[in-house]
Amino acid sequence: MSDQVLNVEKLYVDIPVSEGILHAVDGISLHVNRGETLCIVGESGCGKSLTSLAIMDLLPKKAVRKVNSLELCGESILECTEQEMSDIRGNRMGMIFQEPMTSLNPSFTVENQMVETLSRHRGVTGQEASNLAVQMLERVGIEPATQRLRQYPHQLSGGLRQRVMIAMTLLCNPELIIADEPTTALDVTIQAQILRLLRELQSDFKMGLMLITHDMGVVASVADRVAVMYAGQVVEEGPVLEIFDNPTHPYTRGLMRCIPIPGKIDRTKPLGTIPGMVPSLVGEFSRCRFDGRWESGASGSSVKTTSLAPLQGKNRSFSVDESPKHFVHFCCDDCLHKSGHQIGEDLAQ
Amino acid sequence: MLIYAIKRLGVAFLVALAVSLVTFTLLRLSGDPAAAMAGEGATQEDIEYVRTHYGFDQPIPVQYYNWLTNAVRGDLGISIYLKTPVADVIFSRAPTTMTLGLCALTFALILAIPLGVLAAMYPNTMLDRVALTTAVIGQALPSFFFGLILIIIFGVWLRWLPISGHASWLNFIMPSIALGYYATPAIMRLTRAGMMDVLSSDYIRTARAKGLRPRTVLFKHALRNAVIPVVSLSAVQLGFMLGGSIVIETIFSLNGLGSLAWQSIQRSDFEIMQGIVLSIASFYIILTFLADMLNAFLDPRIRVH
Amino acid sequence: MSKTTVTDDQIPSAEKIIATSPLYLLLNRSVRHFGMTIGGGVLLVIFLMAIFAPYLAPHDPYDFDLANKYISPVWAANGSWEHILGTDGQGRDYLSRIIFGAQVSLLIGFAAMLISGVIGTALGVAAGYFGGRVDMVITFLITTRLAMPVILVALAVVALVGSSMWIVIWVLGLLIWDRFAVVMRSTTQQVRNMDYVASAQALGCSTARIIMSEIMPNIVNALIVVATLEVAHAVLLEAALSFLGLGVQPPTPSWGLMISEGKGMMFFKPWVIAIPGTALFMLVLCINLLGDGIRDVTAPENRN
Repeated sequence: MSDQVLNVEKLYVDIPVSEGILHAVDGISLHVNRGETLCIVGESGCGKSLTSLAIMDLLPKKAVRKVNSLELCGESILECTEQEMSDIRGNRMGMIFQEPMTSLNPSFTVENQMVETLSRHRGVTGQEASNLAVQMLERVGIEPATQRLRQYPHQLSGGLRQRVMIAMTLLCNPELIIADEPTTALDVTIQAQILRLLRELQSDFKMGLMLITHDMGVVASVADRVAVMYAGQVVEEGPVLEIFDNPTHPYTRGLMRCIPIPGKIDRTKPLGTIPGMVPSLVGEFSRCRFDGRWESGASGSSVKTTSLAPLQGKNRSFSVDESPKHFVHFCCDDCLHKSGHQIGEDLAQ
Repeated sequence: MLIYAIKRLGVAFLVALAVSLVTFTLLRLSGDPAAAMAGEGATQEDIEYVRTHYGFDQPIPVQYYNWLTNAVRGDLGISIYLKTPVADVIFSRAPTTMTLGLCALTFALILAIPLGVLAAMYPNTMLDRVALTTAVIGQALPSFFFGLILIIIFGVWLRWLPISGHASWLNFIMPSIALGYYATPAIMRLTRAGMMDVLSSDYIRTARAKGLRPRTVLFKHALRNAVIPVVSLSAVQLGFMLGGSIVIETIFSLNGLGSLAWQSIQRSDFEIMQGIVLSIASFYIILTFLADMLNAFLDPRIRVH
Repeated sequence: MSKTTVTDDQIPSAEKIIATSPLYLLLNRSVRHFGMTIGGGVLLVIFLMAIFAPYLAPHDPYDFDLANKYISPVWAANGSWEHILGTDGQGRDYLSRIIFGAQVSLLIGFAAMLISGVIGTALGVAAGYFGGRVDMVITFLITTRLAMPVILVALAVVALVGSSMWIVIWVLGLLIWDRFAVVMRSTTQQVRNMDYVASAQALGCSTARIIMSEIMPNIVNALIVVATLEVAHAVLLEAALSFLGLGVQPPTPSWGLMISEGKGMMFFKPWVIAIPGTALFMLVLCINLLGDGIRDVTAPENRN
């Protein structure tokens, strides 16, 4: 499995809060292949960002991470010390954050902040490092790069700052890039540019890209594969076309209804919404995570049903329509039955 | 940057002018300089003579104008008691007070900044509590009482340090601690709060995501941004300490501006009191001005438009 | 469209509703705040001590007896229960003087705080609310005030006018309004930009009404915190002035004055300064703890 850049199995993130323990990420498993873009979608508070921070080992102090296996290019990085992890971060895996306005240190020039990454991981300093930084800035489409290099973050626009962030992350040619909502804070026109850039760079550098977003439009335009997260779990995962063609989990279906696709939706009707709110993730679940979020009539015969084949060794996880890559997971038997899918014989108990 | 500096300088000048006006008026309204000058047991005629001779009979604005035009030329008048120029007396005493103030500030910074940083790095731990307790005690301990305790413990019981005079640098240790400890809580709290803010900021997360070593993250990325507000506060605190040195100087018999002020108050020496208040205020104004400039220099958001 | 069914366990029980009422939460946090409980508790004791001083003091604080001067406190080898904290250089009972001294400290602290509070709040709110030129002038006033060394100016004025308790109160009150003004200015600026202020303006409310009913309720927490800390500040300043002989005049029992009077004997009898010094330290400490506690408990970021 050497073409897997990242492989995470059974990742849990618990945060102690005053009312109990918040199970922010609840046993998710993911992988990213080389040269592939995995999009993680889900609404706010579903644990997307914490998942990415947990992979980078950058969780806030009070958050507790438990994970069965965490591999970068086939090597386990689970036992790494903080020192070893810092050798990997920024070098073999990099991260781009949501807020370009505050993610760069206001007190230092772009050059200073780019060069320090190079000297940390590559031992390159001085003019050589500056030259590499200029090349990388040009690569991400910043002109004139030499001039921008000497500027401070506050002198750059949001889009430019995000380009600088991307350039900085690419400096050491990492195998994996995690981008946490990299375009959310930007104007729509800039968003498209940045996404195109990411997509381009990702195929040029042959790296794995894990892109976190809540925007199905972004997913449609850049993803190879999609993982849909809901309430701390991955509820559906598969190639982007299969997910869009055949959303199986009621939550994924809900998300699909919320996308306005010109020509495909009925303009006279209001755009779809998912009723209710994300359940509180504090304490253990006594009932279905999806309780109260079914669209009225969603659990009837009107809904397209799919045949599910249970996966070996995984509770309530199924492969969809015998696809080798499209999986769905239900949090409880209740919502599995309510979704009305046909379940393969293997499950018969 | 230049425009900012000029503007800031203009305000500083106006503040100095306002302070001198307020002080002058306040002192003239509070007492009768002629009576004070003539001394005890002077007859009414003596007092009247002094009054007209020194121009105290003129309206206060006129007196202020005369005083100010002289002050601008560096002439702060003649001491009523010492009969020497006020400026000379102040200049001869100022170095002691400046030394005391700077030593006290150094002590405060050495104690407050590491404590504040550590408290911010390990919030709600034992260390944080120690830092907080240090601050709470510092705020509540009157500096003159603390000074006396230091004298009893280190000067009399242990006999480690001299208790009065200013013969050597050893004489400055206890007064600096007594004076500096009072400034510690504010600096520590601000360092802690600033550091907490910075440590939870996005750019620190970026720095960590770049794989920088913890000490680079802490000293290069965090500390620099966290100390920017501490610079201004230190200037303000130094100004306060110079004003508050009167108590410490009388306790430790240091021959600086503070004890001069106290003696002058005892002798009703108007001219000197005025001169001291004005020079300490001017020093404060210069300090805050310099701090603002340093701030602007440290923070590129101010420096580079 | 979508119907919402409410199950039983979604309706909170009465206990739960009470447990989430703002007042209950405030009280709950206050009790759990260690510093605030201790500070408030001891402060209450000092208050009661000051109020009931004539009944609590075992002796007349002014009653001197030169034959019995510098009697050691009860814990010393030669102490006696007759004078629990010993006597001073004029044979006056130290405990009684400490108890009456609390009156002086608290009276000056509160009165000076009230005067400076009125001045500082008026200036701060005006600067924060009106902004522009008003703000410029008031900021200039604050800067000027900060540049003037408080103790020196207070000493000079008191020395010239002559010192009495009321003069000390007025001088301090007129000098220490800066923190009120600074904090009230920035708090008002924050509140001023809130939408509810804009909507009150849109409704055509008068400026006075907006300040009293929209601004004030939202800055009162900060005001209380500053007021508490300023009482402590004034108490410390009074002690310093009295220590230098230019505050409260003898024979009035002021803690600062007692330290000053005991200074000559401190090498031989350290308790002479240690007792009033500790009393002063405790009072200021408790006021500060209470103030910090109020800030922690009412800080908006603590509300969930």
